[in-house]
Amino acid sequence: MKPAPFAYHVPNTIDEALAILGNDPDGSRLLAGGQSLVPMLNLRLANFDNLIDINHISGLDHIRIESDSLVIGALTRQYDVAHNDDVRNRLPVLSNALAHIAHTAISNRGTIVGSLCHADPAAELPAVLTAVGGELVVQSAAGTRTIRANDFFNSSFTTAINPNEVATEVRFDLAGGTSGWSFEEVARRHGDFALVGVVIQMTLEKNAISDVRIVVFGVAATPQRITDAEKRLIGQTLNDATLDQAVADVAAALSPPDDIHATAQYRRHVAGVLVRRGLLRALEDANSSA
Amino acid sequence: MATTKHAVDLTVNGESAQVMVEARRTLADVLREELGLTGTKLGCEHGVCGACTVIVDGRTARSCLMFAVQANGCEITTVEGLDTDGKLDFVQQAFTENHGLQCGFCTPGVLMSVHSFLKNNPNPSEEEIRIELSGNICRCTGYQNIVKSIAAAAAASR
Ligand SMILES: Cc1cc2nc3c(=O)[nH]c(=O)nc-3n(C[C@H](O)[C@H](O)[C@H](O)COP(=O)(O)OP(=O)(O)OC[C@H]3O[C@@H](n4cnc5c(N)ncnc54)[C@H](O)[C@@H]3O)c2cc1C
Ligand code: FES
Ligand code: FES
Repeated sequence: MKPAPFAYHVPNTIDEALAILGNDPDGSRLLAGGQSLVPMLNLRLANFDNLIDINHISGLDHIRIESDSLVIGALTRQYDVAHNDDVRNRLPVLSNALAHIAHTAISNRGTIVGSLCHADPAAELPAVLTAVGGELVVQSAAGTRTIRANDFFNSSFTTAINPNEVATEVRFDLAGGTSGWSFEEVARRHGDFALVGVVIQMTLEKNAISDVRIVVFGVAATPQRITDAEKRLIGQTLNDATLDQAVADVAAALSPPDDIHATAQYRRHVAGVLVRRGLLRALEDANSSA
Repeated sequence: MATTKHAVDLTVNGESAQVMVEARRTLADVLREELGLTGTKLGCEHGVCGACTVIVDGRTARSCLMFAVQANGCEITTVEGLDTDGKLDFVQQAFTENHGLQCGFCTPGVLMSVHSFLKNNPNPSEEEIRIELSGNICRCTGYQNIVKSIAAAAAASR
């Protein structure tokens, strides 16, 4: 046993959870899969007076396709999403990203929404949401609102969710048309957090790029879009010159951290390599979907 | 701060147990200290090493990352639940025959992971075995013999 004492609450409904949360928003924390929160409590990096276990709230465990979104409930486990056929068919970048995350015993309990709310800068799912687009649905005693992916990640471990709110689901946009994706990551071991990762979503029109999002993660406080490269690639095709330019834009946009896992210079280099590879793979995927 | 105790009812290896514990006690603490089931090991206590892996309602979980109160009403299987009257089960047997352990500290967690893994995938490739094993750290045997043991257990299960 390592955590400091806390009061444990197990509400059966969202309203009950919101009422408990409302009593002491800053001193309380929601407990979903516990796969990020409990390590922090065990290491005493954090402690809270109240833990509100949301695992017994019904209606939060679902995977649904709704017109142009893939909707995943707050209690849906990463393992179940990774092994879901609808997800594999309609949003394969998510299945692919999940294969890089942690290990079975962790993903059996860890949730998709919990990972997004935790907002670890080296985590895969925030980058996937940023690249494909989408929104979180959050609820408080005052009502429900949605937060778009681009407005969600404020800084490391910090999101736009307020302390008195509960996220109930995430909605990933499903791209139409001739579109493709790629997911590239370098980590020390399988299942470790990324040293550097890249997620790309690309749409083609008449063989040229009509829309592209390039997201690099593990290099900054939040998933980072390389907007200069994105803008320059619109209307283009991929060739040595456009790829070199994209890699140069990546290097210019990033000032990654130096830490025990890798130097800043190494991370910047790898980001360029992965973006080049990722653009080509996304293009190939888009062409094969056409 | 509250140090209230909670009543927790659980079934461990087919036997029901009731304990009174503080909310901050992990499932691993309760298995080891309240129920005396010290087969489940604690290495890192933050989810990385896999030594504490047990099966909760049919799925593996890190018992260091789950509070015992959360296991209320759950069925737990630990390494102590694998043998039948002292006769090793097929995974344990395969590890014995293939030198799959040395000090044995990581072994309970590995055995629980392997059980669940082979149930979902009775015919794994070596690569799949290695990916699954990435969640369990062994400091001594070396993974070669663990991989060999898992492949042998898979063959025995088919
Ligand atoms: C050994 C190990 C390796 C891992 N490797 C990776 C990896 O490679 N990549 C990766 O991305 N992750 C990794 N993780 C983290 C894992 O994916 C977590 O499961 C995930 O980050 C958090 O999900 P959770 O459901 O467990 O959330 P919890 O730990 O329960 O919660 C995390 C945070 O989110 C908040 N929260 C949770 N749900 C909600 C909600 N519905 N509304 C509002 N706030 C909420 C909590 O209050 C808490 O602050 C690893 C974890 C471990 C232990
Ligand atoms: S003790 Fe639980 S994973 Fe290491
Ligand atoms: S056998 Fe000693 S740690 Fe694995």
